Amino acid sequence: MKQAEFESTYSAFWDEFEQVLASINDSNSAQLSRFPRDYRTVCQHLAIAKSRRYAAGLTNKLNRLVQQGYQVIYGDNIKTQGAFLNFLFFGFPATLRANAVYIWSATALFLVPAILMLIACLMNDQVIYSLMDAGQVRGMEGMYDPSLGKLGRERQSDSDLMMFGFYIYNNIGISFRCFATGILFGLGSIYFIGYNGLVLGGVSGHLTGLGYNETFYPFVIGHGAFELTAIVFSGAAGMKIGYALLAPGANTRIRSLQLAASDAIKIIYGSTIMLLIAAFIEAFWSSSSTLPIAVKLGVGAVLWVFVIYYCFFFGRGRRAT
Amino acid sequence: MKLDTICLVETPEGTDLHAEAVGLIPRSLAYGLDFLIRALVQTVLSLLLLFSGKAGVGVSLILYFLLEWWYPVLFEVYRGGQTIGKKAFKIKVVNEDLTPIRLGPSLIRNLLRAADFFPSFYVAGVVSMLMTNRFQRLGDLAAKTLVIYPEQEQYDPKALEGVAPVAPSHDLNEVQQAAFINFALNRGQLSTARQAEIAEIIRPKIPSRFQDAADYVRGVGKWLLGAK
Repeated sequence: MKQAEFESTYSAFWDEFEQVLASINDSNSAQLSRFPRDYRTVCQHLAIAKSRRYAAGLTNKLNRLVQQGYQVIYGDNIKTQGAFLNFLFFGFPATLRANAVYIWSATALFLVPAILMLIACLMNDQVIYSLMDAGQVRGMEGMYDPSLGKLGRERQSDSDLMMFGFYIYNNIGISFRCFATGILFGLGSIYFIGYNGLVLGGVSGHLTGLGYNETFYPFVIGHGAFELTAIVFSGAAGMKIGYALLAPGANTRIRSLQLAASDAIKIIYGSTIMLLIAAFIEAFWSSSSTLPIAVKLGVGAVLWVFVIYYCFFFGRGRRAT
Repeated sequence: MKLDTICLVETPEGTDLHAEAVGLIPRSLAYGLDFLIRALVQTVLSLLLLFSGKAGVGVSLILYFLLEWWYPVLFEVYRGGQTIGKKAFKIKVVNEDLTPIRLGPSLIRNLLRAADFFPSFYVAGVVSMLMTNRFQRLGDLAAKTLVIYPEQEQYDPKALEGVAPVAPSHDLNEVQQAAFINFALNRGQLSTARQAEIAEIIRPKIPSRFQDAADYVRGVGKWLLGAK
């Protein structure tokens, strides 16, 4: 059959198929029940057109029809309704537990430098200068100086929204960097987690040494529950992809990276949500200077218990739907 | 090494879908355009910052964050795989099986830009694109995505109206037949002078009663397509 005859025989059929494709969501049931059969017919036409070397314009047209039909039939039609809640209550904590070895490694990489630096700064108030320059140290001291009567990073109550924006920009940026640099065989993630641990330990030790306990700890405890854990989680996700490249096992390195990335990205979703919560708490709750210290410490402790409980116990015994 | 920009995806029906992968230069240009747009918006934002209160600073910092990390992701997921730059150069991102890209793969390929940028100016990304068959950078490889030309050459059914079919004077093999047909169908894309120049190449084989070589080639093309 010559191309012209082939086209004139089937062009009406293709046009109709195209119309059904364009309005696939409100086609009637008769059209829909015919659709898979029609789709297979178009597939066959494409194969015929290619094997008979019909002109590129025609094969391209059929290719486009098959591609669109392919997406309708095989494209992922997973219900998005409820997927978000399912992820929050089951998917995220389950993914964390499935990657426990990376989470614990990242936690150790964060906590060990933090504790060592804390002790060092408590013993010697000059150690902090190995990490920050004099101006940064003075700025940090100024934020938590109890005699100044304000709290947090140089702020007044009218600037809550501004700080919310800052925390989102800054903290989620840090978390994304912690993850993304993990592709350099995990080195970037390890560096950023360790460095953040050092800074946290250094600042805590230095301020404790100065006796700023009543301003510093009530401020950081609440959002810290979400922020510090989330940074560690994204670092762990980065270490996972780094390790996948270093030790791919039976897979090729690319395949191993692809497998690791699908889990890592779930951890990144979760830690981004956690950092949004942290930014909200930090901007609108932690900074409040009217709340009693006991309330802030109490709520902070409850948040920590909640986050830890969430990571260990949420969604156990349930299957992903 | 044989280079072919066509990539094939086999459907369960046993048919191969084809798409054309986009090379380094159009992708770089699209990136450049996106970069300029982002830089421009950020400049405007920072100017507005000078005149806005603290709430304004907060909002612009959130916008900064969105621009820095989410600009490509949001466009790719909600605008059919195309950022503004990609749209301008008529290219788009799809999954390796040519299905539309979704949030997960898009976030992976864009967060892992850090690796493509390494050590600077996207050296790793360029090397990766030049070494893979389908021009994928490291982020593409990790996310299993691909940049393709969505618009394929279309067929103009009116291209052969008013052309008289001519039976060829010689036997033509398959490749030659395809050449005649493609010449006939590509009429609109070449200037008349270029058409004549191409057709004149086979002048010795054209019967002398045809003055215009291009007319003869086109006529044979139409005849080969099946017109009588």
